[in-house]
Amino acid sequence: MLGLGKKDTLLLGIVAVLTILAPFIFNPFPVNSAMAQFNAGYPDLLQRFVIFGIFAIGYNLLFGLTGYLSFGHAAFLGVGSYAAVWMFKLLSMNVIPAIALSVLTAGLFAVLIGYISLRRSGIYFAILTLAFAQMTYALAYSVLTPITGGETGLQLALSDPRILDGAASAEGNLPVPGLFGLEMRDSVQLAVGDWLFTFSAGYYFSGLVMLLAFYLAIRIFRSPFGMMLRAIKSNQQRVNYTGLNARPYTLAAFVISGMYAGLAGGLMAAMDPLAGAERMYWTASGEVVLMTILGGVGTLIGPVLGAGLIKYMENIVSKINSDILHGWFAFMPDGLEDFIVSIIYPFIGKGWHLTLGIIFMLVVIFLPGGLVEGGQRIARLLRRRKSDKDEDAGQAKTEAAE
Amino acid sequence: MDAIILQILNGLDKGSAYALIALGLTLIFGTLGVVNFAHGALFMIGAFCAVTLSKLLNASYTTIDETKTDFLGNPLKVETPYVMDWFGPEAGAAIIDWSVPLAILFAIPIMILIGVIMERGLIKHFYARPHADQILVTFGLAIVLQEIIKYYFGANPIPTPAPDAFTGSFDFGQLIGFEANQIIYPYWRLVYFAFAAVVIGAVFAFLQFTTFGMVVRAGMSDRETVELLGININRRFTIMFGIAAAVAGLAGVMYVPINPPNYHMGMDFLVLSFVVVVVGGMGSLPGAVFAGFLLGILESFASMGAVIDVLPGINQIIIYLVAIVILLTRPRGLMGRKGVMEE
Amino acid sequence: MGILEVKNVNKRFGGLQALGDVNLSVAENSVHAIIGPNGAGKSTLLNCLVGKLIPDTGSVMFDGQSVLGRKPYEINQMGISRVFQTPEIFGDLSVIENMMIPCFAKRDGAFRMHAIESTATEQEIIDHAEQVLEELNMADKRHMQAAWMSRGDKRRLEIGMCLAQDPKLLLLDEPTAGMARADTNNTIDLLKQIRDEGKITIAIIEHDMHVVFSLAERITVLAQGRPLVEDTPENIKGHPKVREAYLGETA
Repeated sequence: MLGLGKKDTLLLGIVAVLTILAPFIFNPFPVNSAMAQFNAGYPDLLQRFVIFGIFAIGYNLLFGLTGYLSFGHAAFLGVGSYAAVWMFKLLSMNVIPAIALSVLTAGLFAVLIGYISLRRSGIYFAILTLAFAQMTYALAYSVLTPITGGETGLQLALSDPRILDGAASAEGNLPVPGLFGLEMRDSVQLAVGDWLFTFSAGYYFSGLVMLLAFYLAIRIFRSPFGMMLRAIKSNQQRVNYTGLNARPYTLAAFVISGMYAGLAGGLMAAMDPLAGAERMYWTASGEVVLMTILGGVGTLIGPVLGAGLIKYMENIVSKINSDILHGWFAFMPDGLEDFIVSIIYPFIGKGWHLTLGIIFMLVVIFLPGGLVEGGQRIARLLRRRKSDKDEDAGQAKTEAAE
Repeated sequence: MDAIILQILNGLDKGSAYALIALGLTLIFGTLGVVNFAHGALFMIGAFCAVTLSKLLNASYTTIDETKTDFLGNPLKVETPYVMDWFGPEAGAAIIDWSVPLAILFAIPIMILIGVIMERGLIKHFYARPHADQILVTFGLAIVLQEIIKYYFGANPIPTPAPDAFTGSFDFGQLIGFEANQIIYPYWRLVYFAFAAVVIGAVFAFLQFTTFGMVVRAGMSDRETVELLGININRRFTIMFGIAAAVAGLAGVMYVPINPPNYHMGMDFLVLSFVVVVVGGMGSLPGAVFAGFLLGILESFASMGAVIDVLPGINQIIIYLVAIVILLTRPRGLMGRKGVMEE
Repeated sequence: MGILEVKNVNKRFGGLQALGDVNLSVAENSVHAIIGPNGAGKSTLLNCLVGKLIPDTGSVMFDGQSVLGRKPYEINQMGISRVFQTPEIFGDLSVIENMMIPCFAKRDGAFRMHAIESTATEQEIIDHAEQVLEELNMADKRHMQAAWMSRGDKRRLEIGMCLAQDPKLLLLDEPTAGMARADTNNTIDLLKQIRDEGKITIAIIEHDMHVVFSLAERITVLAQGRPLVEDTPENIKGHPKVREAYLGETA
């Protein structure tokens, strides 16, 4: 279907269903329960899941397929955000032209940086991309303030021209990004018993974009182009001596990946129309590396999982505090309770980065294929155990028959 | 002329820090072939060694002096650091005052130990894996280390002063024949530079004049042959990792009075130090030192008012700009050797 | 006029004259071996042929065109395929994918942006790859990951990948170095098969005299960067100059 193999269609279907049902799935706790603060089904967070999912899918197209480790990808995300906000300021609050410009700008920017950086490989490439991204960050923060808003960031203003829908903003309130009249922050709430589910236009729009991006990524993975990229990762020498020019292939991958980042940046601005330089700081680039590796580099679904996991931890694990921990372990004797809480405490709340760092290290050391590989290993183990059982049963039968 | 000298001097302290970190990075890369993204964290841990020692030395007990009262009329509480009790008030005060230099002694064994544990416990399993994996795992380690520090010391910078004798500035210009008040330079920065020069000299002397260093240098250029000679190069490389960690740590210890340390100072320096290593030439020790000072001084020149007026923002990007130009025109860096990291 | 013409090639590395006045002519559809003791400049010569090194002086013409200053992929597109000392294949990819890549390179040239089409629909390429695998007797391994194969199979695959491109010239750099006897013989048989079909010129650099004398139709002996003699295998065998170069004795 859609030019995909059976397995890929199934995968896309599962992701689509999960995306549609996410407001339910991530909202397992009733509103008034003590656990309600661990609900992740609110639009703001769900939007971040899918937007960073797009970012990571795109990053994986570069790192997962070609093996080129970029440490500066956040620059494209930032550029995309700025482009979108400018479109909101100058042209219209419609998200379509804004996002189109984000992708285009990030793509052009990626051509420039990629053309230079890809002349080197390995650690040099990583450092070149890092240097470019840091330079972009520094420029956005200082010299380019007229374009980027500098420290305060780029925001909408009432005085913006907005050529296409100038009339609408005359009311005195800042306008909101929308899609032909549907505002991104519109939402519908559904109460079922004690549960309250929120369905937001912004989330579903981003979710749809992510599904498209995911579909496109599958096509790229399964294309001859994707195969060439994997060949480049595997043995660049052989690629050259097979009559293939590796440079345009890697550049194309870099630009596509940069455009994905720009798309994510544009969506971010569409959800909340402001853009700041901190989005381009190199730790933001590090974050997308973490997401991709954690989920499973070079796999289709891995980056999405990784992005979801990290954003979930950032927003949910960081909310756990010592009171909640004491609540959880209240059934234990006091001394033991305090002891356990004091052991866990450094890893939660503000310390969630520590947990993240440890998980990341463990994954790099023991599970280079990330969560996806972990899942596959467990599945294999279960299957083996099951087939062992079947065999045992079979043997028992034959023995009985004898 | 005086302005130029002042900028060179200003570049020296940052340049010293870059050079020391880059030197350690290069030692690790040259001996073990590992790209260590956790090296900045070692610099940061060194700085926190100084903070810890200063806190330990300031540990005090409280007594109530009945003869005096505070402004509310309550008996005055007097805090007496233990060291004052043990060594007498004057010697004790001096020890507290000199806590940062004293931390050098404190930091060396700790940093070597951390380095050795890191190498034996983690890095050694990554020799055979791709450079990307080494970068990733050490990047993860850096996050873990800095979060641990953040947990114990908090997120805010912790000011820790230099000894009284070295606070304040002096008129460097007058020393070399300029008029008064032309070149004012803080004492501690000069101390830092001198310290860095001594450490760098010691590392080079160690590599140049000891048998151990000779073997390590031989191993850096041709590991297989050295192993064929029946020399246990691995153990030496472990020790080199410890030394590289100590160099980064010492750079951190002494940097504390210049900039109050916080948990992410390591990462900030790391990015720049990598750029330094690449500019100097991956695997070249003199290259690392030279590029460290060069970039430190360039950065300082780029921050001059006259320069910023012409090229606004240049101070923020000069290092990266230089790195990009160098990488593209001299792929091996200023002093890089052939065949290093050219996959 | 041979298909490959090397004229007056010189290459210096600092004070070392790696190649001095090398002249070489490889006739079309022949098997030409280049032998010589260690340090004779064989690898340097090979690197000059494939664009990795540029000689200080002299010319290297292939099929009437100069190869000097061209990138490896351009030289490959001219019709020169290279087999390395240690098999260079795509270890992470499956055997059939390894075979499909040269087929793509042959059909689509050095770069083509085919990012949306599915590989599975490229029937022409798949058929071609399958056919070469059949000829190599490797069809049963098509879904194996290439890195897990034996060294002999890797070499076979690598030669197959070159053949899939229909090259005019196949360059082999010590193709049997470090191989077990059985694998060596397999490789020799495969190369003999190619030779007997008579469609491809083979230039081979080799240490192993067994390989050289079972395959070569002409042999050039290189010593200290200079061609010593060039002749048929029969005449090379007892040649006093060759013995001198190899054994260092004055005959």
